[in-house]
Amino acid sequence: MAGEAPAPHTRRKRMSDSARVPPRVPNVSSERRLVEIRREAENTGKVAAKGVRPSGAPFPIASPETGYYGIPLLKEPAWTWQIPLYFFVGGASAAAGVVGAIGSYTGADRKLVRDARWIAASGCVLSPPLLIADLGRPTRFLNMLRVFKPQSAMSMGVWTLVGFSGGAAAAAFAQFMTDRYGTSFPVRVIEQAGQAASLLFGLPFSNYTGVLIGATAVPAWNENAADLPILFGMSGLSAAVGLLELMGNHKSRALGALGLGAALFECWEGLKIEVQQKPVLKPLKHGASGTLTRAAGLLSGPLPAALRLMSLFSGSGNKSSLRKAAAVSSVAGSLLTRMAWIYAGHVSARDWRIPLGIKSQE
Amino acid sequence: MAITAFLTDSTLCIGCKACEVACKEWNHVAEDGLEWSGFSYDNTGSVGSQTWRHVKFVEQSPEPGFGGNAPEMNSWSFSSDVCKHCENAGCLEACPTGAIVRTEFGGVFVQPDICNGCGYCVVSCPFGVVERNEDDGRAFKCTFCYDRQKVGLKPACAKACPTESIKFGEIEELRHHAKERVAQLESRGMKDVQFYNAGDTSVGGTHAMFILRGDPRQYNLPPKPEVPTVYLRKAWRSSAVGALMLLGGAVVAFLADGNGRR
Ligand code: SF4
Ligand code: SF4
Repeated sequence: MAGEAPAPHTRRKRMSDSARVPPRVPNVSSERRLVEIRREAENTGKVAAKGVRPSGAPFPIASPETGYYGIPLLKEPAWTWQIPLYFFVGGASAAAGVVGAIGSYTGADRKLVRDARWIAASGCVLSPPLLIADLGRPTRFLNMLRVFKPQSAMSMGVWTLVGFSGGAAAAAFAQFMTDRYGTSFPVRVIEQAGQAASLLFGLPFSNYTGVLIGATAVPAWNENAADLPILFGMSGLSAAVGLLELMGNHKSRALGALGLGAALFECWEGLKIEVQQKPVLKPLKHGASGTLTRAAGLLSGPLPAALRLMSLFSGSGNKSSLRKAAAVSSVAGSLLTRMAWIYAGHVSARDWRIPLGIKSQE
Repeated sequence: MAITAFLTDSTLCIGCKACEVACKEWNHVAEDGLEWSGFSYDNTGSVGSQTWRHVKFVEQSPEPGFGGNAPEMNSWSFSSDVCKHCENAGCLEACPTGAIVRTEFGGVFVQPDICNGCGYCVVSCPFGVVERNEDDGRAFKCTFCYDRQKVGLKPACAKACPTESIKFGEIEELRHHAKERVAQLESRGMKDVQFYNAGDTSVGGTHAMFILRGDPRQYNLPPKPEVPTVYLRKAWRSSAVGALMLLGGAVVAFLADGNGRR
C-alpha cells in the first residue's frame, strides 16, 4: 500500500518525529459497510448498527443520560502484559527480601534465609527487564532516573526498585560467596548492608504498585486506593511464602503463620469488595474481569486459608501436601490478582458512566 | 510572560473542523478517524495521541425554539475539545521522567525528547486526553502550540477558527469575557448556557475553558474531575500500614517460632 502513494508518505516521514506513524489509507471495508447499512435500511426500514437513522429507527443521541454517545471518557491503560507480571514478580521478591532479612535477624533456619535471598535476587533480575519492555521507548528507561518526584508513585517505585535491587543483589552475592568460599569480614559487611537495604526498600517495594494504580483516574482503582497497597503487599507475601514452601521450607511454622495471616487478610479484602454495592466496583465482580478477580481472590484467600488450617490439624504426612497445595494456590492467586486488577482497570476506564456521574440503567 | 488560555465557545461553533485540520497541519499529526462512527458527524470520537483538537457533534432530540431550529430538526451543538491544560494536571504530576512540564505560558507540555512512553500519564488524566501512540511509543497530546506561542503567534486552531469560537488570550481577560458572554446569552433567552473550567474541583481550573449549552456530560466532560494526586495520601497511608503488617508479621512469626529453629 505504501508503494501506491510514495509522495505524501515520504513527506510526512521527513516532517516530524511525532508523525512517524504509517499513513492509513481509507479502506474499502468501511465504504462497503456503508453500502451494507443502506441496503439493510432499504429492505427492512430499520438498522441495528449504531448511529444509523433510516426513517423510524432509533438513533444515538448525546444527552445527560447517555453521555457523549457512550464513547469512553477515559483512556484505557497503555500497559502491556509485562506490567501485571512485573507487579507479581516485584511483590513476591520484595516480600521475600523482607522475610529473609527478618529471618536472618531472628536467627531462623539458614536454608530459609538463603532461599529467600535467592527469590529476592531473581526478582530483581527479572523486574527491570519487564518494566523496560513495557516502555514505548525502552532505550530511554534511564530517563526515569533524571527526577525524584514524591508526587509520582511511578517515580517513587522506580527508586525503590533501584534500592531493592541493589540490596537484594548484594545479599545474594554475599550468600554465594559464603556458600562457596566461607565467610570473611568484607563478605559479612556486604551481607549486612545488602540485607538492611533489602529490608528498607523491600517494605515499600512490596506494595507501592497498589499506590501506583490507586492514585490514577481509573475509577475501579482509585475507589480502592486505601486498600490496594495492603492487598498487593499481602498478595506479595503469600507468593513469597508459597515459593519458599515449594523450595522445601514447608515445615517452617513461621512461614505457615505468615501464609495463613496473608490468606485470611485476603479473605477479608475480598469480602469487603463483595458486600459493597457500588457501580464503580462492577468490573471487579461482573463480566470476564469480575470472574477473573473472583477466581484470583478464591485462590489467594479462602482456598489457601482452608488448606493451611487443615494442615494444622492433620498428621505429618498430610501436613506437607496440604501446605504445598496452599503454596501453589497462593502463588497462582497472587499472579492472577495482579492480572485481574489490571484487566478490571481496562473495563472500568471504558465505562463512561462513572466519570460522568451517570447512574447505569440496569 | 502572560499566562494564556483557550476559551471555546460552543454557541459560536459551526462544526467546520477547521481547528482539527489546522492542528494536524501545523503539528504534523497523522490522520485518524477515516471510519464511519455513526455518531452524528463525528468520526473522530475523542482527543488522543493523533487528535489534539476534536470537534464534538452533540446531536439531540428536537428541541423547538433553540438556535432557530425547525421543530422537526434535531438540535445540534458543536464544541471543539482539547487538552484542558489543567492547573493541577494529573499527567504532569504522574510523569516519572519529568517529560511533562508547565511552560512559561501556563500550558502543560510533553517534551518529546524525554518521554520514554511509560504510559503513566495516560491513566492519570481525568479527562482522557493524553495517549501513548503505539507506533511511536511516546505519549502525545496538545502542545498548546508552544512553538507558536514562543514567537508570539496564536495556536493554530484559534488562528484557523472562522467564527472565533476558539478564543485565545490572556487567561484573566478570557475569564472575564466568558462571564460577559454567558450573561449576554442568558439575556437572549438561552437559559442553559454554562461556563466549564473545573474551577471548583481538585483540578483547580483549566487553561482550556468552555462555554457550553446544556449539561457538560453530553459533551463527555466530567462534572467532577479529580486530579489523581488527591488519592495519594490514602494510598501511601495504606502502603505504610501494609509495610508495618509485613514487618510486624514477620518479626512475630519468626520469634514465636522459637527463633525459627525446629
Ligand atoms: S487534560 Fe489531561 S493531559 Fe491535559 S493537562 Fe489535564 S491531565 Fe494533562
Ligand atoms: S508516557 Fe512519557 S509523558 Fe507520559 S508519564 Fe511516561 S514518560 Fe511521562
